[in-house]
Amino acid sequence: MSKWINICHLDDIPANTGRCALLNKEQIAIFHINDGEKRIYAVSNYCPFSEANIISRGIVGNLGDKTVVASPLYKQHFELTTGECLEDENVTIKIYPVRLDGDTVQLAA
Amino acid sequence: MSSVSNLLVIGNGPVGHKFLEALVQSGKADDYKVTIFGEEPHAAYDRVQLTAWFETRDAKDINMVPDGFYNDNGFTLYTNDKITRIDRIRSVVTSEQGVEVYFDKIVLATGSYPFVPPVLGHDRENTFVYRTIEDLEAITAAAQKGKVGAVIGGGLLGLEAAKALKDLGLETHVIEFAPRLMAVQVDDGGGAMLRKKIEDLGVSVHTQKNTQQICDGENTCHKMIFADGQELETDLLVFSAGIRPRDELARNTGLGMGARGGVVINNNCQSSDPNIYAIGEVALWDNRIYGLIAPGSAMAQAAVDHMTGTGDSEFAGADMSTKLKLMGVDVASIGDAHGNTPNCRAYTYVNDREEIYKKIVVSEDDKHLLGAVLIGDAAEYGSLLQFMLNKMELPPEPEGLILPQVEGHSTGIGVDALPDSAQLCSCMNVSKADVVSVVEAGAATIADIKDSTNAATGCGGCAALITQVLNAELEKLGVEVNRDLCEHFAYTRQDLYNIIRVEKIKTFEELLEKHGSGLGCDICKPTIGSLLASCWNEYILEKPLQGLQDTNDYFLGNIQKDGTYSIVPRIAGGEITADKLIVLGEIAKKYNLYTKITGGQRIDLFGARSEQLPIIWKELVSEGFESGHAYGKSMRTCKSCVGSTWCRYGVQDSVAMAIMLENRYKGLRAPHKLKMAVSGCTRECAEAQSKDVGVIATEKGWNLYVCGNGGMKPRHADLFASDIDDATLIKTIDRFFMFYIRTADRLQRTSVWMNNMEGGLEYLKSVIIDDKLGLCEELENDMSRIVGTYQCEWKTTTEDPKKVECFNHFINSDASDDNVVFVKEREQIRPIKKTERENLIAVG
Repeated sequence: MSKWINICHLDDIPANTGRCALLNKEQIAIFHINDGEKRIYAVSNYCPFSEANIISRGIVGNLGDKTVVASPLYKQHFELTTGECLEDENVTIKIYPVRLDGDTVQLAA
Repeated sequence: MSSVSNLLVIGNGPVGHKFLEALVQSGKADDYKVTIFGEEPHAAYDRVQLTAWFETRDAKDINMVPDGFYNDNGFTLYTNDKITRIDRIRSVVTSEQGVEVYFDKIVLATGSYPFVPPVLGHDRENTFVYRTIEDLEAITAAAQKGKVGAVIGGGLLGLEAAKALKDLGLETHVIEFAPRLMAVQVDDGGGAMLRKKIEDLGVSVHTQKNTQQICDGENTCHKMIFADGQELETDLLVFSAGIRPRDELARNTGLGMGARGGVVINNNCQSSDPNIYAIGEVALWDNRIYGLIAPGSAMAQAAVDHMTGTGDSEFAGADMSTKLKLMGVDVASIGDAHGNTPNCRAYTYVNDREEIYKKIVVSEDDKHLLGAVLIGDAAEYGSLLQFMLNKMELPPEPEGLILPQVEGHSTGIGVDALPDSAQLCSCMNVSKADVVSVVEAGAATIADIKDSTNAATGCGGCAALITQVLNAELEKLGVEVNRDLCEHFAYTRQDLYNIIRVEKIKTFEELLEKHGSGLGCDICKPTIGSLLASCWNEYILEKPLQGLQDTNDYFLGNIQKDGTYSIVPRIAGGEITADKLIVLGEIAKKYNLYTKITGGQRIDLFGARSEQLPIIWKELVSEGFESGHAYGKSMRTCKSCVGSTWCRYGVQDSVAMAIMLENRYKGLRAPHKLKMAVSGCTRECAEAQSKDVGVIATEKGWNLYVCGNGGMKPRHADLFASDIDDATLIKTIDRFFMFYIRTADRLQRTSVWMNNMEGGLEYLKSVIIDDKLGLCEELENDMSRIVGTYQCEWKTTTEDPKKVECFNHFINSDASDDNVVFVKEREQIRPIKKTERENLIAVG
């Protein structure tokens, strides 16, 4: 049974950008998308191509029907709901349960 | 196994070099042990571009030989040595320096020498010819001691020489025996217009002058006395009265010669000895010497084809049509320019205001083009030449071909009518079929075609025609050239610029709602972020803009491989005080940053974690530094040499100019990064010609160069304006930058933008200098608004705690990213390598 941990206020993540959270020694990139409707996603902050913790600094958007973030170093796209890399089907990054409690962003411990 | 034969190439000029290139291309170079002799100290260079040498005085600029060309192909080159004897019985040649080489085949490419008329005094000191780099160096040295220069000969080369003298700051005279300039290529009307244009440039033209004697001048070195009794005083004198084949070697070895010189060749370019070929200006074909590069190249190809058996081209004469730019004046001559064909008709268009002269000569029935002369505007050269070469039927009322075009009505050639064999680019010998095949293979832009075929990279006269063929072929292939920015916006970058301007759109969301779809992506967001910055120049981390920025712009630093950033404070013009250097050193030391000097004359501090950036920058800003925008697709630096302040050669204060330019354009966001440089003299120590905007000091002001590039695809900048004053320089750069920002594609450097521009440099000049589109005032206003709204992004950022918060690596912790680890190397930090990290874990 997972416990939800408060991470930050939604406004702390400017709309359509990401920030990184630290939870149980793991770095988790949280993205706040707002196109009239607020949405929140959480994936690993570690980019397996560059081997650096920088996913939260990527640009978010969509390619076709997929909501994605582009790694800021070498620009591979990762789907935010599945962690799948669009350029390399063998690569997937971890995804994390995340939710909004009112305007509070929560991750599952 | 085939045996290797000894092949000797005598002469290392452009045609000799074309032969070697063609040999390599044939794939048979390995069948020959190739030895080359050149009597000049340099390897082959492009003599046609000799005048360009004056701009840089650097032989490398006109070098024709790629690095490693001789070595890679196993060729042996002797420079500074010439063959003095061919012994056809022993099959051996001897050089001036005593080298002996056995041969099976010889290619004579000894070229020609300038003819010096035997007038009294022709051998006085301070008289020159115009043929080699050494000649030009001697002329340059002599020009420093004189004020007046004269050229004997008003032909093509004579006018080139006159331009060189003019550029050296001499009062310049051209002396021509015939009644008009370029008597061979142009008719009376064209000659008159050409004369007017050349005189407008400050060169005095004297026609129908027969020089009888050169003797001591009263105020200058020489006095020239003409047959009509008139006199002209001059300090130096350049003979450019035609060429003669350099055939003494062939003559002495007993080869068949023409009555007035030249080695007689057949269609395979063989002389009377089938083992000895002759090509270029030394060769005489059908009793004719061909003094142009294109026929020389054709001969080189024919000789290679015959010798190696890899092709069947023959030299069967050449069309001597030519298009060139003399002192910035377009001149073209096609076929029967003088209308010598019996019963031919001529049509002429003369425009005295713009000083344009155009004439076409057509057959009696108006059906075929026989010749043409174009002065002042040679845009129709490409299509007229095709009409003549391919004997294509002319449209009714052929005069329409040279009349100014009414908008929407093109009377140009229908490219579909061109046969596949039509030679579109004569400099590089590229046919229509060549262009069609690369388009079929995927080339979609004029830049692609230049890359894959070299077409339009010589004189460039064919660029418009090749673009027409390209577009027609793309259409045929059903290729819809999709220039949409991305799936979210069905517009080009240029369209979006206009929309943003016209509708005064200030945010991505507004643009997306009105003209796009979806969420956007990492293509359109930074592009539109940049467009909004170029148009409105607002702080780029303002809330609605923040999410559009690439990480470099978001963190106002350059991201490195480990996720840390580098810091580059602005050091305008590369000038910095000792105190400020100490500040940078102290800060680097305090935060343990790796320091390196950049190519743009700044100091780069590496290894800052994102959360350290605002702290370090706060210190930098308080010490008087500001953002260097090294992270943006924006104006970066303006490099400079010390200029006239310190340098004994400098002629202007290049540092002051560089600082002024850098401060003017700092923060300007553009489709890609922009680099500038200012050199204080023609020695060009600031390497301005490899920059987007390069400025080189002259005695009278500044020369402006544009669209240069270093990096992966180096491109020499084009000379855009000469001897302009400070105010004109700034105005021109303002317009240039804004026009680039308006019209370039995303991530397109100015060099590629230029390569893709229909009409190229001339078009750009007409927009920026002549204001053909009536845009210049707007461009200047746009720039002045951007200059007036500059802010240091780092100062603004460090003053806003909300913004500073965004730099923390974690949103819920003050910890740092423990994946970032440094080790020491050469007394500084660097990111840990993967192998080292694995060891660390194993040990730790």
